Amino acid sequence: MYSLIVFLPLIGFLVAGAIALWGAAATVPAPEGGHDAHGQAAHDDHAAASHGDHDDHGHDDHHHAVEPAAPGSRVAELVTTGLLFVSAILSWVAFISVGFGEHETQSIRVLTWFTSGAMQVDWAFRVDTLTVVMLVVVNTVSSLVHLYSIGYMADDPDRPRFFAYLSLFTFAMLMLVTADNLVQMFFGWEGVGLASYLLIGFWYKKPSASAAAIKAFVVNRVGDFGFMLGIFGIFVMFGTISLSDIFANTATVQGKTLHFLWGDWDAITVICLLLFMGACGKSAQFLLHTWLPDAMEGPTPVSALIHAATMVTAGVFMVARLSPLFDLSPTALTVVTLVGAVTAFFAATVGLVQNDIKRVIAYSTCSQLGYMFVALGVGAYGAGVFHLFTHAFFKALLFLGAGSVIMASHHEQDMRAMGGLRNKIPLTFWAMLLGTLAITGVGIPGTEIGFAGFLSKDAIIESAFAGHNPVSGLAAVLLVIAAGFTSFYSWRLIFLTFFGRSRAPKDVWDHAEESPPVVLIPLGVLSLGAVLAGMVFYGAYVGEAQAEFWKGALFYGPDNHILHAMHEVSFLVKASPFIAMLVGLAVAYWFYILSPALPRKLAAALPWLYRFLLNKWYFDELYDFIFVRPAFAIGRLFWKTGDGAIIDGLGPNGIAARVQDVTARVVRLQTGYVYHYAFAMVIGVAALITWAMFAGGH
Amino acid sequence: MSGMPLLTLTTFLPLAGALFILMIRAQDEAAILNIRRVALYTTIATFLVSIGIWTGFDPKNPGFQLTETAGWSGSFFAYRMGVDGISILFVLLTTFLMPFCILASWESVQVRVKEYMIAFLVLETLMVGVFCATDLVLFYVFFEGGLIPMFLIIGIWGGQRRVYASYKFFLYTLAGSVLMMLAVMAMYWESGTTDITELVNHPFPASMQWWLWFAFFASFAVKMPMWPVHTWLPDAHVEAPTAGSVLLAAILLKMGGYGFLRFSLPMFPLASYDLAPFIFTLSVVAIVYTSLVALVQEDMKKLIAYSSVAHMGYVTMGIFTLNTQGLQGAVFQMFSHGLVSGALFLCVGVVYDRLHTREIAAYGGLVNRMPAYATVFMVMTMANVGLPGTSGFIGEFLTLSAAFQVNTWVAAFAALGVILSAAYALWLFRRVVWGALTKANLKAMMDLSPREVAILAPLVVLVILFGVYPLPVLDATAASVEALLRSVHAAIDAANATASAGSLPLIR
Repeated sequence: MYSLIVFLPLIGFLVAGAIALWGAAATVPAPEGGHDAHGQAAHDDHAAASHGDHDDHGHDDHHHAVEPAAPGSRVAELVTTGLLFVSAILSWVAFISVGFGEHETQSIRVLTWFTSGAMQVDWAFRVDTLTVVMLVVVNTVSSLVHLYSIGYMADDPDRPRFFAYLSLFTFAMLMLVTADNLVQMFFGWEGVGLASYLLIGFWYKKPSASAAAIKAFVVNRVGDFGFMLGIFGIFVMFGTISLSDIFANTATVQGKTLHFLWGDWDAITVICLLLFMGACGKSAQFLLHTWLPDAMEGPTPVSALIHAATMVTAGVFMVARLSPLFDLSPTALTVVTLVGAVTAFFAATVGLVQNDIKRVIAYSTCSQLGYMFVALGVGAYGAGVFHLFTHAFFKALLFLGAGSVIMASHHEQDMRAMGGLRNKIPLTFWAMLLGTLAITGVGIPGTEIGFAGFLSKDAIIESAFAGHNPVSGLAAVLLVIAAGFTSFYSWRLIFLTFFGRSRAPKDVWDHAEESPPVVLIPLGVLSLGAVLAGMVFYGAYVGEAQAEFWKGALFYGPDNHILHAMHEVSFLVKASPFIAMLVGLAVAYWFYILSPALPRKLAAALPWLYRFLLNKWYFDELYDFIFVRPAFAIGRLFWKTGDGAIIDGLGPNGIAARVQDVTARVVRLQTGYVYHYAFAMVIGVAALITWAMFAGGH
Repeated sequence: MSGMPLLTLTTFLPLAGALFILMIRAQDEAAILNIRRVALYTTIATFLVSIGIWTGFDPKNPGFQLTETAGWSGSFFAYRMGVDGISILFVLLTTFLMPFCILASWESVQVRVKEYMIAFLVLETLMVGVFCATDLVLFYVFFEGGLIPMFLIIGIWGGQRRVYASYKFFLYTLAGSVLMMLAVMAMYWESGTTDITELVNHPFPASMQWWLWFAFFASFAVKMPMWPVHTWLPDAHVEAPTAGSVLLAAILLKMGGYGFLRFSLPMFPLASYDLAPFIFTLSVVAIVYTSLVALVQEDMKKLIAYSSVAHMGYVTMGIFTLNTQGLQGAVFQMFSHGLVSGALFLCVGVVYDRLHTREIAAYGGLVNRMPAYATVFMVMTMANVGLPGTSGFIGEFLTLSAAFQVNTWVAAFAALGVILSAAYALWLFRRVVWGALTKANLKAMMDLSPREVAILAPLVVLVILFGVYPLPVLDATAASVEALLRSVHAAIDAANATASAGSLPLIR
């Protein structure tokens, strides 16, 4: 069954990919010339223009002839979506049977991948509760996003390619979460990176999309640099990269040192920190976060699936999966907490002022990932994974809802050009509202009744207050502030988009209409998750039933009592995120409903702060200055000066200069010269051998 | 396989084809077509014969197999042939790639077709010979002889600056080979044999090992090429015709790494051990330096050439880690790079044939007209980047893990190549393939022809196959690598014991 779950999307990818390739080859326009020339040129220009700002305004299909859809689009859609739904249903079956049944952790070996000496790597699935939780998250969201995309991408000519990429992504993500060893996890890790790259760059005619795709891949590779070194460290210390063998031998490695670069360090700490670097890249944590907002260049369903619900949580999954290692290194956990808390706070501040609807949600994702890392960092792994689980539902909901808003606004993404859409697209409005109630954490403090985010986010904040590492107190405070910010920017989004008077051009406003059912059904299903996922699963993930549910898939050391301690915190602590949420809501209401002129005045009063936030703390500019430009400059220096002036200048060219008149003649002789050398070489080799034979034969 | 001299047959079959072509006197179209066909059939036949080597090969046997000997047994310069787990891969890689090289030249080469095909067939003989020879002098003859046809291929059928490039190629490689020749002499005088199987058991004095090691190093480092003697490669690649570039990158560059494995490690183990840090330094510099240089290239072939230098850095690094993952990774990396860089140069050839420029800036938006081409290019770009699931990953991962066991600085710096390769490869892909199709002369570009599909599709399949299931390659090398490492470490341990210092750290 697990093979089916994992490989059905792969089959979908292969089918859709074949259709895409065949279809693309069939629809390549004839070369210019003949009577078709004029139409072709016009067509190309047009396509360039419309694709140029595809996601902004360009999708306006009523006013010009669109490119014809690739043949087989419908087949590709149905095959990939159908297979994904089968996979999703099987995942829920697995979830219930493993999570709520009596299942030992099992390892299903498919094939040997490679072996070299002591390094043995298999293609194998590890099935435990953590795996099935991820299977459910990935396949549920992915199947809904497939379905949604049938509606959202209806006008795109390249649908087979799009669905092929979506299924490829799903396959890679499943390989990641089912991995039984670190190298297979790395395979999935890079596979989702590839799919993300291809999907961000899906509208490849748009320069900003191509740039964002490269940025995403390269920044992720910076994280992978650490991930790979971490795997090597594990191999050196444990002599294996298989997860079961690693977990079985943690006691023997604990306390040992590993010589890494300039010093000897605690082996587990250094390994965990290197692996965490990989997690930071994939999960867009502070310092390696810069690719995520740019990734919004991809089509909106991609943002929902990859850059909100699944791929970006891979880092959280990895740390949770390796909890038997991380739990042994307080230093590593402290770093995880700190990075998570700073990210949660930083991303929330940037989210406050963004105007692009997708970017607001992107920073919100970044911030929520920070929450998850804080939970992991204080040792409350269950709380982190719980938030991963609930977040997948409400964040996918928000993104898909935003996609529906964008469709209604004719591919306008700037919230300043929206407003008043509540009555135009009521179903989308309600879905977004439920998503917002979930993310801002609405519920009854002190009870287990509330929207999904209320239960999972508050569990994290409580665990941070109860945590014992040196930064957990700071983390808790930052998270509460960030919760207030979250509430503010989430409600700001709702108020700007759905309330007030419309700021859209009149024809756009008149044409704004509700999305088709194929788009609304996924919103409905996800709304259900956003409302219920928290209340239904709280007990299993972090409550009384957690030990029976996880069955050791998450590791809590003998001294780790965080799950008890977090329930013991005072009521004030439990209520603090709720209070922060109310403050955020109140300020948003004041700013955007009561006196809409106020935000502008505030921005004018604090211009430096506003610009600092609007420009995302200037990280892009900083990195461009420290890394990108120097890399190109050094490359040019090495090329022109290093290779050109020094190596060639002192080497071959220098010698050549001595025989300049020879080379001057060479120019005239052209190929004849080559023969001369060849002849000289033959003679030379022959002479050397002859000499060798006689000299050697004495 | 008694009776059938498979290695000799594989080695000299192309030469027979070349002689046959030599006899075709006519100059007309039909004759030229015949010449092409003869060349193609010869290379295909050679490949089929070489499959016999694979089936007759026992991967569990670490020594030379299918051996053939003729001439003065035990004396200087006998004809000795044999393959082991390290060389068999390169024999097969050579015979496998040759038909594609002939096909790739089918239309792009129109002048002196006869001489061109002869040069390629002679080159095949010499390349296969290098990997089959188990006699030092025989090896040397094949090794240096291979320069001549390649030199002609670049010098006659090359691009604008072909004379400069071939001259540079010649000067570099000659400098290396002279020193190697002297070392060959010295080794014979010292040991009294040129039989490689005997030489590996001859304990050369430690002081002499250094000198011999450096003499061989001079030749192999140029061939690899290692930084800082790499500057001939970009020029040679840029000027060579497509098929020449393919062979240069896929096979000729592997001779250096093969030489290190065949000679430097087993014959001069002490020097190899002592000088490993020196090689690590050069390798790491090569990886970082040439990756940065690749980032700013404006010529597609030059970019891939620089990326080849960086990838060869992993090979030298892996070889001198002197552990299993390092050696197997290095062999795999060479094998994989043969497929990937060959395919990348073929990809450049495809668009060069249509537009006759290698300027990156002249392209852009090719995917709009060439979706199949874009797909192949994407797969090969990812293999070049070392994405898991492609063959490029295995070698990179194994060599890096090997380096980490020996020296974490080396591993950390070399792993920077993982980031940089992504940057330059994707930047190239973006500029050539993605984007809107705006340039007028690109609007008539045709996608891959059936001939081009036939060339590229098998490479795509193999790159992915060996990425997902590399065991056939790794299994073939395992026994030979283990035996080699055992003898190397035995020699090092023995030297440590006699020096009674015993303080050298053990390597896993």
